[in-house]
Amino acid sequence: MSPSTDSFEEIESAVVRFAGDSGDGMQTVGERFTDSSAFAGNDIATLPDFPAEIRAPAGTLAGVSGFQLQFGSRKILTPGDEPDALVAMNPAALKANIDDLPEGGMLVVNVDSFKKMNLSKAGYEKSPLEDEDFRKKYHLIELDLTSLTKEALKDSPLKPSDKARCKNFFALGFMYYVYGRPLEPTLKFFNEKWGERLPDLADANSTALRAGFNLGDTMETARNRYQVSKAPVQAGVYRKIAGNEALVYGLVAGAKQANRELLYAGYPITPASPILEGLSALKKFGVKTLQAEDEIAAMGMAIGASFAGDLSVVATSGPGMCLKSEFIGLASITELPVVIVDVQRGGPSTGLPTKTEQSDLLQSLYARHGDCPLPVLAAHSPSDCFDCAIEASRIALTYMTPVILLSDLYVANGAEPWKIPNVSELPEIKIKFADPNQELVVYKRDPQTLARTQAIPGQAGLEHRIGGLEKSEDGGVSYDPENHEKMTYLRAEKINCIAKSYEPISVQGEKSGKLLVIGWGGTYGAISSATKILQDEGFSVSSLHLRHLNPLPNDLESLLSSFEKVIVPELNLGQLSTILKAKYLCDIVSCNKVQGKPFKVAELREEFVKHLSAN
Amino acid sequence: MSTTTEESTLTKKDFVTTNDVRWCPGCGDYAILNAVQRTLPELGVPKEKFVVVSGIGCSSRFPYYMNTYGFHTIHGRAPTVATGVKVANPDLSVWMITGDGDGLSIGANHLLHLLRRNLDINVLLFNNRIYGLTKGQYSPTSEVGKKTKSTPAGSVDYPVNPLLFALGSEATFIARTTDTDQKHMVETFKAAQAHKGTSFVEVFQNCVIFNNKTFDSVTGRDVRNDQVMLLEEGKPLVYGDGGTKGIRLKGLNLETVDLDEGSNTEDLLVHNPKDPNPAYATLLAQMTFPTYPTPLGILRQLEGRETYEDSVVGQIQLAQAEGEGSLQELLTGNNSWIVES
Ligand SMILES: Cc1ncc(C[n+]2csc(CCOP(=O)(O)OP(=O)(O)O)c2C)c(N)n1
Ligand code: SF4
Ligand SMILES: [Mg+2]
Repeated sequence: MSPSTDSFEEIESAVVRFAGDSGDGMQTVGERFTDSSAFAGNDIATLPDFPAEIRAPAGTLAGVSGFQLQFGSRKILTPGDEPDALVAMNPAALKANIDDLPEGGMLVVNVDSFKKMNLSKAGYEKSPLEDEDFRKKYHLIELDLTSLTKEALKDSPLKPSDKARCKNFFALGFMYYVYGRPLEPTLKFFNEKWGERLPDLADANSTALRAGFNLGDTMETARNRYQVSKAPVQAGVYRKIAGNEALVYGLVAGAKQANRELLYAGYPITPASPILEGLSALKKFGVKTLQAEDEIAAMGMAIGASFAGDLSVVATSGPGMCLKSEFIGLASITELPVVIVDVQRGGPSTGLPTKTEQSDLLQSLYARHGDCPLPVLAAHSPSDCFDCAIEASRIALTYMTPVILLSDLYVANGAEPWKIPNVSELPEIKIKFADPNQELVVYKRDPQTLARTQAIPGQAGLEHRIGGLEKSEDGGVSYDPENHEKMTYLRAEKINCIAKSYEPISVQGEKSGKLLVIGWGGTYGAISSATKILQDEGFSVSSLHLRHLNPLPNDLESLLSSFEKVIVPELNLGQLSTILKAKYLCDIVSCNKVQGKPFKVAELREEFVKHLSAN
Repeated sequence: MSTTTEESTLTKKDFVTTNDVRWCPGCGDYAILNAVQRTLPELGVPKEKFVVVSGIGCSSRFPYYMNTYGFHTIHGRAPTVATGVKVANPDLSVWMITGDGDGLSIGANHLLHLLRRNLDINVLLFNNRIYGLTKGQYSPTSEVGKKTKSTPAGSVDYPVNPLLFALGSEATFIARTTDTDQKHMVETFKAAQAHKGTSFVEVFQNCVIFNNKTFDSVTGRDVRNDQVMLLEEGKPLVYGDGGTKGIRLKGLNLETVDLDEGSNTEDLLVHNPKDPNPAYATLLAQMTFPTYPTPLGILRQLEGRETYEDSVVGQIQLAQAEGEGSLQELLTGNNSWIVES
């Protein structure tokens, strides 16, 4: 079924948000809309937003789950500041999201759920749909979703309650009509997911989806239809990828490129659990996954496996990072490679477990005992997680050090199209173990990298001991004061060496000018979109996004001094700006937000303009 | 240098390092080190396959004195590192050294999980009922009322019984030995190695400096005949000089009996470490001086439970039975699309 193309209004991009109860299947619907848009050739960025409670009482504000995506015929870097269209499955979903919908925005509501009880659960005394001002403010489309779905499924053998649950796909079908989306990818999905096991369910969902689409065709209120053409992208094979998924693949690729076995140890924690789950499904790739008793244990297991010669990885979030810190110190002093992934969330403590925040930069840089600098890098988008995982593996193995790779909830759960790399073109990581035919000096260093050569258990003649006590070059325990100072410097120098292996910083815009915006991690999309808008408007503004946060790139300092002003937007109270100020003794403006939400392009633009106009 | 050392040619000397051993003169740790260095050459395992992993404490200095691969980790966490080593390379013979504080206080949680997972690792817990390295505070195995620098009025917390802890964790091999008996230690360590699964061995260890003679009432030369009961599989539970006393069941409890000449030994309990019912091993683990003699030897040895590392590797082998995965296919997934130029 291919939608007709007449009566379409061509638009460059659109933002759609689905909101409902956590049991309403809003994430699934959002995912499907994303796939369909990818199939239509648009560029996309998505943002799921779910509550901390798995199933908070139905109909309450606490239970509202949402999914927003932006798709367009141009480069899309963020899921959009505010929705152009909001689908609200119940009063609570309406209440929790309506403030974000601009005047005139399309509002699709399931009126079947606007009953007294649901209204009062959402804290409405009377239905907002009865308020004339409200009705006029939006382009309101009221659908009896529950009854329409049941009617469409009257011939289905499903139980009535199961039929009602298909209403999310009815709503999806309707939105497909509005935005002229193809149905094929979703029908294929139903078939693959349920076709064999639950064919009645596959049929019912397909019917609901089609019925929703057809309803659009016959409904006068749906007169506006939009067309979003293909985005101009490089030729190649593409797929949609989420951040955690890309990270999993990057780790597998890193191990393969290094010719090491991959061992992952983890303890479940939002938003890092999908990494544990994702790797656990890859036994075909020889990946060993251990679900540890806690994050301390996961780190210990990784260190043990690293000692035995595996590429070992842990992933966690802020609270788990706190637990790992003693062990991270051990990995540093014994100079063992471990990739430590921190998918950041709002902190401190349990904080905002399902909301994003750039919470752990300072923790990653400093939360250890003694002078213990470590390489820290951050992924800036879902697909960048793939490259960063390989880069973190390279650094860990080349420099014999634990590496901290920062992701965040926004990057981890977000998704975007990804040009699938050709495996044969991935960088190789060539690191050799110690040769049993040569005498082993445990902490003898490579003159280039200052890394020691690792000798793994099982090889005759290389027996040696390592441990957390300070040691001299031969590995023997040493309490000698000068030796400790020498070793402390050497370990720090080794980390500094890493910067020599970086690619030059890539700047968006001119390499000098009025305002330089510096970002790191998941704020990339918002920062570069805002910068681009201002550049198009003729402002002298450039931006750069740091992948390597320690050691910082050697070419950063000269860039800092080539601009009149430097601004660092962060989703924290200014962690990177503190570092930059301390390291380069320069003036930095910080721009901060800690609401558990990403930056909006508009708010960054406004902030940048302020500094561009001020003299 | 690279040639594999044949088991037959290995001797104790091969396992001795040049490092100065830094325990206090007279510390029980020396005797345990000696017993381990005497055991390893006899196991038929090439020297390069041994890995000794420890936590922190006097006891945990152990790896530095063993000429094998070794890892002195952090306080309480040795079980986790040992797990990582063993899963990464199941071919290695992993020995874990811990103390009563290291293994049963800060690291008790990890020890529990190691035991229940049943990795094929030998755990030696040096129990001196004191914190040695930090200079003499009471430990979780110290008796109630223990006066130390941190408990001048006597400790108030009830101690943990290492054997009951291991039983509660459903360890598949649980034994006890003492630093005063070289022969018994070597026998016990050999049995630990022979067992496939986690072997938990509590070693009574004397700390001459901070808790001297804490086990003397049990293992002291003059009293041990009367106060120690050596467990031997298939043999009745007897102790005392020449086996003058025995143990039998009375209701759900144990009872000591004097075995006068010609008395009936038939109702004595016969030692069966392989009994799947944990009740018997629990009774043994609870036997404490002065009510009962202290049992030494293998309390429990269950066979047949798969080791963790075998299960992990087994799942991978199964998944790879029809070949390894293709990374390119994984990256491509089944929802890709082509953008033409
Ligand atoms: C995280 C941490 N906390 C505390 C210590 C201090 N500490 C070192 S050893 C030890 C207790 C050791 O007691 P035990 O395990 O019984 O070993 P022993 O010295 O008696 O052999 C303590 C508390 C430490 N090293 N690390
Ligand atoms: S303090 Fe006690 S346990 Fe530690 S070395 Fe000295 S005697 Fe041994
Ligand atoms: Mg102790």
